[in-house]
Amino acid sequence: MKRKYMLSFPECTGSQPVIHDLIKRFDICINIIKAEIAPGMDASMLAEFTAPEEDMARTVEFLGNLGVGTALVTDKIIFREERCIACGNCALACFPKALTIGPPDWKLSLRKENCILCKLCLTACPQKLFTITTD
Amino acid sequence: MSKTYQQINERIKNGEAVVLTAEEVSQLARTMPPEEIAEKVDVVTTGTFGAMCSSGAFINFGHSEPPIRMERIELNGVGVSGGLAAVDTYIGAADCNPANPAYGGGHIIEEFVDGKDILLEAWGKGTDCYPRKHIRTYINRDTVNEACLYNPRNAYQNYNVATNTTDRTLHTYMGTLLPRMKNASYSTSGELSPLLNDPECRTIGLGTRIFLAGAEGYVAWNGTQFDTAKEVNGHGIPTGNARTIAVIGDLREMRTEYLRGVYYERYGCSLFVGIGVPIPILDTDLARRVSIRNEQIETTVVDYGNGNAVLGRTDYAALQSGEIEIGGRRIRTSPVSSISKAREIAELLKERIRSGRFLLSAPVRPMPAGTAMKKLRIRETPERTDRKTQEP
Repeated sequence: MKRKYMLSFPECTGSQPVIHDLIKRFDICINIIKAEIAPGMDASMLAEFTAPEEDMARTVEFLGNLGVGTALVTDKIIFREERCIACGNCALACFPKALTIGPPDWKLSLRKENCILCKLCLTACPQKLFTITTD
Repeated sequence: MSKTYQQINERIKNGEAVVLTAEEVSQLARTMPPEEIAEKVDVVTTGTFGAMCSSGAFINFGHSEPPIRMERIELNGVGVSGGLAAVDTYIGAADCNPANPAYGGGHIIEEFVDGKDILLEAWGKGTDCYPRKHIRTYINRDTVNEACLYNPRNAYQNYNVATNTTDRTLHTYMGTLLPRMKNASYSTSGELSPLLNDPECRTIGLGTRIFLAGAEGYVAWNGTQFDTAKEVNGHGIPTGNARTIAVIGDLREMRTEYLRGVYYERYGCSLFVGIGVPIPILDTDLARRVSIRNEQIETTVVDYGNGNAVLGRTDYAALQSGEIEIGGRRIRTSPVSSISKAREIAELLKERIRSGRFLLSAPVRPMPAGTAMKKLRIRETPERTDRKTQEP
């Protein structure tokens, strides 16, 4: 299975090679999409994990024990769909194609698993219907 | 074969009118010649639902006791026109408070239609006949006298496709344009678009009854920037921004499904307006016009990062496929006006006509001919003036 997580590293784990340990221990495939790491600061990393289901669970547990936050990307997007007018402005901006619009019905389609939290939809939507939670 | 408005209206009243949407007639035209369409079809309905920045609403608040000549007016903290008599205003869709640019006239109009209370605060100098100098109260759709939407320029006949060749993301009224032509946007509903189905405005003029944001509205005038001089392609379609309509209707009969206040990042506020225009099929020429298909409607691709420089030409079949090719490069496309809502409006108008609730009206004045857009020239000194002194 594939899952995209926003990992949040507290300052204290900065010295530990967490990603190396994950790969060695669980033989997990990690695709790092975006990372913000600076010495002495909280760090964050957007990464897609590919692993069998039980390994995925153990990976998340392992990270939790290290104090690394694991927020599912798909849980972070809030979309007030009932107000959507399917104008297409978000789909225009959304280059990872999480938001698409097209024939036959020209309604907006949201595939959260494609989202990379670039946040372009937050400003692109003329009705401001998207929110990305920051916890 | 030709029909009159009276004949078509009789058929509508008798529940006999054959009404198709512009998409349906375009499909039908693949197998049926225009002569036969003219004979069989009475009305074709069109639709569009996009941001139309040149929109707004007139409201008369009624007089307070003692009365005030409202010279500066704010609605929900947004400054609106104080230049009309004592208690009239015009809310421009783009009006906003610069300190809070994401909320503006378009939002106020939507909230008004939704029945919400809106804070009215106004100031006047106080006159012998209007002694009050300040008022602060709430108004809503039920407390005011007249409330009408009057939009000086709507439903552009065709519009440019926007892309961006620069290295930075542009925030425009045509959406978020990614760097280096990573996307392109278009805002016309193609073969559904009102003014593309009657490109010379034979049936669209002053007094044409239309669907306006859920209500029955009217074409009030030619829209501003009405341009008949744009180049046309082999199908008689202008390949860029050409004709427009000014529209009017009772705001209290409108619905927020077809009227939405919006904010474009780093651009400003606007209003999404839903418009549907019925085209009576009076003769073969009109049957041929409404049969236009997306691949026959061409438009110009321009670079919003470089003074709208022309990059090429494309058509709506390509645009709606999700990808166009410009200069050998494939560019991902997306609409920035709602095609699903445009379709919904054309369907709704079709049902209203079919059921005899919506009759057609012939224009009482045609649209102007031979118009072109003027540029604004920047001049240091006046060339015509009645004032005796020209220097301050």
